[in-house]
Amino acid sequence: MASMRDIKRRKNSVSSTQQITKAMKLVSTVKLQKARNRAEESNPYFNYMYKTVCSMLAKAGEVNHPYLQKSDSETKAIITITSNRGLAGGYNSNVVKAITGSGLSPEETVIYAIGNKGEEALSRKGYEILASYPAIIEEPTYEDAMEISKILLEAYAEGKIGEIYLAYTHFKNTVSQEPKLLKLLPVEINDEDISEESATSLMNFEPNEEEALDMIIPKYVTSLIYGGLVEAVASENGARMQAMDSATSNAEDIIADLSLKYNRARQGSITQELTEIIAGAEAIS
Amino acid sequence: MADNLFTVEIITPDRIFYHGEASMIEFNTTEGEIGVYKDHIPLTTVLAPGIVTITQEDSNLKQAVVHAGFAEILGDKVTLLAEIAEWPDEIDLDRARRAEDRARARLEKREANLDVARAEMALKRSLARQDILAGKR
Repeated sequence: MASMRDIKRRKNSVSSTQQITKAMKLVSTVKLQKARNRAEESNPYFNYMYKTVCSMLAKAGEVNHPYLQKSDSETKAIITITSNRGLAGGYNSNVVKAITGSGLSPEETVIYAIGNKGEEALSRKGYEILASYPAIIEEPTYEDAMEISKILLEAYAEGKIGEIYLAYTHFKNTVSQEPKLLKLLPVEINDEDISEESATSLMNFEPNEEEALDMIIPKYVTSLIYGGLVEAVASENGARMQAMDSATSNAEDIIADLSLKYNRARQGSITQELTEIIAGAEAIS
Repeated sequence: MADNLFTVEIITPDRIFYHGEASMIEFNTTEGEIGVYKDHIPLTTVLAPGIVTITQEDSNLKQAVVHAGFAEILGDKVTLLAEIAEWPDEIDLDRARRAEDRARARLEKREANLDVARAEMALKRSLARQDILAGKR
């Protein structure tokens, strides 16, 4: 059996770790609250954007627009949104798994990384990191999303990349986040959404559909990236809150276990001492 | 009065900027200025930087600046999806002036790698910001 001192030391170290995880849990709870509000506030914009693009595509029909056609380039770009810091359970590795498990080979894929963790993991796996923006995830703004979508759309227009994907974590609710790999370009929209929209609206466009598409698709891509960013921040904090919550309760279990062991060891040592004293006294008399 | 009202919504990525009833709304599009009453034909159009004027039910005017985005006009509802929208009291006049000077300087120099469209947009944005503060329409 471990000595009393060892057990005590271990118990102290576990309880100071517990204090840290508890504090981290509180911090991420507050941050989650903020991030969730932001994600919810950006929702109407995104929903409207999606609806409008749906109805435009339904109207535009067979328009031969570069944003809607697959280009010749085989290269696929993935915007990867992860966190800069760890201790968030499976949050980062789930995003990485979503990419490695998607069947996109590392040779044909380039990564635009937002967040350090995903960048590190993917470059270890042999993906080419074309650009990295670790600062954005700390405080994502719409301007950041505009910047990235501009870079990507230029590369797309020049034919350097043929498809653009977005890998992020969808924030379902506080306890459940889901990694997602979303295709941004060429635009693919659910058939169901299109038929529903086109049946109800008779829409005119000014300027004409093609020019309007030219202007609106980049905004659509930007809004998707921004939506991904704010959801990822909410997910990160949700995941961290959960991870720290379970770490705190694990620490509690360990402390309870160690307390029991400590008390047993203490009792054992007292009993032993008593036995020794009694034995000594008997030997004298 | 009540039957010529329609719903106006201005949505930005950060928030629902404005939601309310109006009898008329005027704004800038890439094709020129447009004024919308109730029962306008359905139209989707691209916004240009400029001032939005909303005539509310009590015929009060409410003005804001929007930059880039698009508008969806339906008979009884107008939705503006703007990337940036600001009320007059949110605008920093000095900053707008500086932005104007910067944009003008860039357009004058015509450096090789100048993004003309972007500089022009920046100029228009800064002018729109100053216009609304000066009370011009």
